[in-house]
Amino acid sequence: MSTAGTNPAESPLTLVVERVFAHPPEKLWRALTESPLLAQWMMNNDFEPVVGRRFQFRADPMPNWNGIVDCEVVVVEPLKRLSYHWGVGDAASGLQWVVELTLTPAEGGTHLRMEQSGFSPDQKGAYQGANYGWQKFFAGLEKLIGEMQ
Amino acid sequence: MVMVLAVKAAHANPVFRALADPTRRAIFEQLSRHGEQTVHALTRHAGVSQPAVSKHLAVLKRARLVRHRRQGRETHYRAQPDALVPIVDWLRDYGAFWQDRFDRLETLLERMKP
Repeated sequence: MSTAGTNPAESPLTLVVERVFAHPPEKLWRALTESPLLAQWMMNNDFEPVVGRRFQFRADPMPNWNGIVDCEVVVVEPLKRLSYHWGVGDAASGLQWVVELTLTPAEGGTHLRMEQSGFSPDQKGAYQGANYGWQKFFAGLEKLIGEMQ
Repeated sequence: MVMVLAVKAAHANPVFRALADPTRRAIFEQLSRHGEQTVHALTRHAGVSQPAVSKHLAVLKRARLVRHRRQGRETHYRAQPDALVPIVDWLRDYGAFWQDRFDRLETLLERMKP
């Protein structure tokens, strides 16, 4: 099972990708939090599962992008939830993202949900509130976007 | 695949940035729902001063989220919902990025010892 895109019940700015993996949560958690394993499916990194840890994902540099994603760990709940801030491009771009990975035991494996949402830097630390604002905003515009397509 | 992270962000960022401010979101929403309005009318709804509203409108204009026309002494603004297209594109492409990473994660999990 695998879905991408937006859940109608949520803000279109919040991206949700989820899938059930036929492996136990313990194994999935290792792949999410052990730096060398994380590098094998995400990108090279200096991640550590410690709240407040600043780290980077590094891809090959390319025109218009140095290949670096600047991150900071915000939530570590072993086997359940992992969340980090996600910043692409210089600070002047003025927008941050938060990635939240949630693990739930499922029939025959583990359900992994990735949720990525945006917030502005002045709302750092209060991104839940920011998300609420976006949701309210986009709830009103969903119809509009639907009409555009 | 990781290229979408940069390229698409570059297109979507001015729009995200313009809408990151709650007052600007409210102004854009107001224009989207109720059609063209003057700065005066927008100021009544915004709960901030007219110069502040004008500043917000300038940011929205730079992101091509609104257009204006002058009529006499009044400036009328209207929303340009097409400017939201980069956000829609961003969601589609970032979704594809994560699907690709999940595929790689699946491969890795198969290789890992139990």
